Amino acid sequence: MSISLTELWVILGCGAITVLSRVLPFAFVKSLNMPDWLISFLSFVPITIMTALCCESLFVAHAGHLATLNVANCLAAIPATLAGILTKSLLMVVVVGIMAMAVLRYFAIGG
Amino acid sequence: MGPSLTFKTGVRDVLPTVFGYIGVGLAFGIVAHTSHLSLLVVAGLSFIVYAGSAQFIITSMLLLHDPLSAIFISTFLVNSRMILMSTSLAQYFKHESLLRNLLIGTLVTDETFALAMNKQNKTQGRLSFAWQSAANLVAYLVWGVATVIGAMLGGLIADPTRLGFDFALTAMFIGLVYLQLISDKHLGMSLQLTVMVFVALAYYFLIGVMSQNFALMIATVAGCLFGMELKKCR
Repeated sequence: MSISLTELWVILGCGAITVLSRVLPFAFVKSLNMPDWLISFLSFVPITIMTALCCESLFVAHAGHLATLNVANCLAAIPATLAGILTKSLLMVVVVGIMAMAVLRYFAIGG
Repeated sequence: MGPSLTFKTGVRDVLPTVFGYIGVGLAFGIVAHTSHLSLLVVAGLSFIVYAGSAQFIITSMLLLHDPLSAIFISTFLVNSRMILMSTSLAQYFKHESLLRNLLIGTLVTDETFALAMNKQNKTQGRLSFAWQSAANLVAYLVWGVATVIGAMLGGLIADPTRLGFDFALTAMFIGLVYLQLISDKHLGMSLQLTVMVFVALAYYFLIGVMSQNFALMIATVAGCLFGMELKKCR
């Protein structure tokens, strides 16, 4: 159990940066009336951020070159998506996804 | 997920996402352990910084002895998407007191934000302080405890990815994006699908020329602007 001065500064500094990124928008929105265009812009935030976060795990970046697919993640995504379509249950998507990935890893499919 | 917005319902609704937190939390603890971070530092990162992907980046930068300023800038960039999510989520809590707004904001994550957006599709666009706090608190505690346990297990588990738990997070976002797609009646399915394809293509081309965090932000913002214009044309 030890902590260096650098580590302490990193924790406090990064903690402050993160909490401000989260909290300041709440204070702004609470005190200001937002223009219509901003509300329209923000209505697309959920679908765009979630899509981008999915892409983050489905693509593999190569600096200076086109990205490739993360084959294992893409394969496991298929049964997970099917589970979502069939059950509309978040829990089922997660459970089926984990099981699919365990099977892929067991047979060493997709690297 | 039903329309009820009590604290108890919040706890129940957040449970499916807990798998993702446990899987990635254990993985973070193990990575931190192998990077020679003490339990105290792991707990500090998880309970004070509380930012999944940023914690991995901070850990590797600490290991490389990068300067504090570089670590701060990276953390800001990785978490800049929080600004978009918080601004979006805050609209649902304008009627609550400033203190309650700040409390909710303190513990918002990618996952609880996505969950809330799914939830409001079921409640005619309403969210409650009790429901959101329940989801936030469960996520916060599970994440912190999972990372500390991961750090304690450290050397014992050779390869936590073998059981597929690392995929829990991706699966969760797939589930959340699908549920969003089928239940957001304001935007509709075809508009959302077009925007999704746009974001995926933008991200695919951007990660060749910039870091993943930049690409994520730019693809997201470009996707929102594209969606706005497309909606106007229809």
